[in-house]
Amino acid sequence: MTDRRGFMRKTLLALGGAALAGCDRISESDTGTRVLESAEAVTRRVQRFLSPSRALAKEYTEADISAVFKPNGSTMPDTPVYQALLRNGFADYRLEVDGLVDRPARLSIDELKALGTRTQITRHDCVEGWSAIGKWTGTPLSALLDHVGAKDGARYVVFHCFDNYEADTPYYESIDLDEARHPQTLLAYALNGASLPVGNGAPLRLRVERQLGYKHAKYLRRIEVVASFADIGEGNGGYWEDNGYEWYAGI
Amino acid sequence: MTATRLVYRHRWPVRVMHWINVVCLFVLLGSGLQIFNAHPALYWGERSDPGKAVLSLQGGTDAQGDPRGTTHIGKHAFDTTGVLGASKVNGEWRSRGFPSWATIPGPGWLAMGRRWHFFFAWLFVANGIAYVTWSLLSRHLAKDLVPTRRDWRGIGRSIVDHLRFRHPHGEEAVRYNVLQRLAYLVAIFVFGGGIVLMGIAMSPRMDAVLHWLVDLVGGRQSARTIHFIIATAFVAFVLVHVFEVLVSGPLNQLRGMITGWYRISEDKETTRHD
Repeated sequence: MTDRRGFMRKTLLALGGAALAGCDRISESDTGTRVLESAEAVTRRVQRFLSPSRALAKEYTEADISAVFKPNGSTMPDTPVYQALLRNGFADYRLEVDGLVDRPARLSIDELKALGTRTQITRHDCVEGWSAIGKWTGTPLSALLDHVGAKDGARYVVFHCFDNYEADTPYYESIDLDEARHPQTLLAYALNGASLPVGNGAPLRLRVERQLGYKHAKYLRRIEVVASFADIGEGNGGYWEDNGYEWYAGI
Repeated sequence: MTATRLVYRHRWPVRVMHWINVVCLFVLLGSGLQIFNAHPALYWGERSDPGKAVLSLQGGTDAQGDPRGTTHIGKHAFDTTGVLGASKVNGEWRSRGFPSWATIPGPGWLAMGRRWHFFFAWLFVANGIAYVTWSLLSRHLAKDLVPTRRDWRGIGRSIVDHLRFRHPHGEEAVRYNVLQRLAYLVAIFVFGGGIVLMGIAMSPRMDAVLHWLVDLVGGRQSARTIHFIIATAFVAFVLVHVFEVLVSGPLNQLRGMITGWYRISEDKETTRHD
């Protein structure tokens, strides 16, 4: 009986070990990852079906704000263009807006502010698992889209950034027009009542409150309205997406 | 002489869904630990303030410069070098919450851990919905799982029997005893339902429509902590479950759960309860 029990235990352990090794092999195969990735479309469709497109992420009170809003990812873009802007206190900064728009634009922060402003205290959920609460002030992206006039056929908004992530790969991100026109989707220039710190994305970053942290592109340089992002970067819609993360970061 | 006969104990939907569940729980646990390793600490409330973790697994080096893994629970610190906080990956020391032999994939790879987790989370949810639907329609839930009045009356004896590893034999072994019924009901509805809800509560998109649920448990980081606690409870359930299978005739139990047919012996012991 003990022998049989020992045999069963060893069998279970061996099966477990083989299964784990099998999982690693699947992780490295194209077919395996494609099958696993199919879950993303299910998640996106189900979440969008269950939550109305205008449903707001929870907003908090001043008392809930984190003492420190942890800067993550790039915290000091080292590109010469960004460094020159930083030395000048971003006085020469202009956000470029182009692509499928009627009126391409180059806007200073003051010109952006003139388009409209919104302040919200929201929770930031990093893909790593941590959360921080901050008060963001910025221009609703919908106001900017109205200002430049998105053309028919426009489907996504692509955010090109000043920071190179890991050597010479420029950071970029994208969201669709539905998320872009959400009332809490902001081009934020202030955190907790002060100008946006460099670590958190100065002078301008995206806030897209119903998605994970890596979607909230920092150091915005240029916004491009497109029909497809297949030709940008490696074609997956963002720097982290090109590195295997989901484009739809709703969970 | 002992007479044995085979009885049809588990219907095919139960068997199929049971084994799908085994695969799901295995992958969900391994990939969950991979995701946890990206920030191996748990908090209570909405935020994860530095220094306020209720549990954290930290890697570092000691005075001699040797790798050191430390598990912090509240104010207490435990040396868990080699397993939690710091362990070897392909012979090299790494700071990592859970060791590579327990995570899917083995090496640190958050993006791929998430792929595994969400694919099998959907399978787990679909399997769970199919199971509950089938169990209601076939009356499996009412007949086999909800304890009867007679079950409740026998609960004291059942506890004593289990503690003495004395398992029902013969006809008594064909139906679930009261502790099995309660354990399965809790695992399915409390653990299964709870862990899915806490997973959904961590989603920033679902937060917009389900914040009442997040509030109910004390915040987003609380939901993450409860998700982890229920995962631990599932591990405990599986350990007890496998232990019970091992001590009550593993081959017979396995045959029962694979083919449906379970052997009962009608020897003296069967009349013990008569």
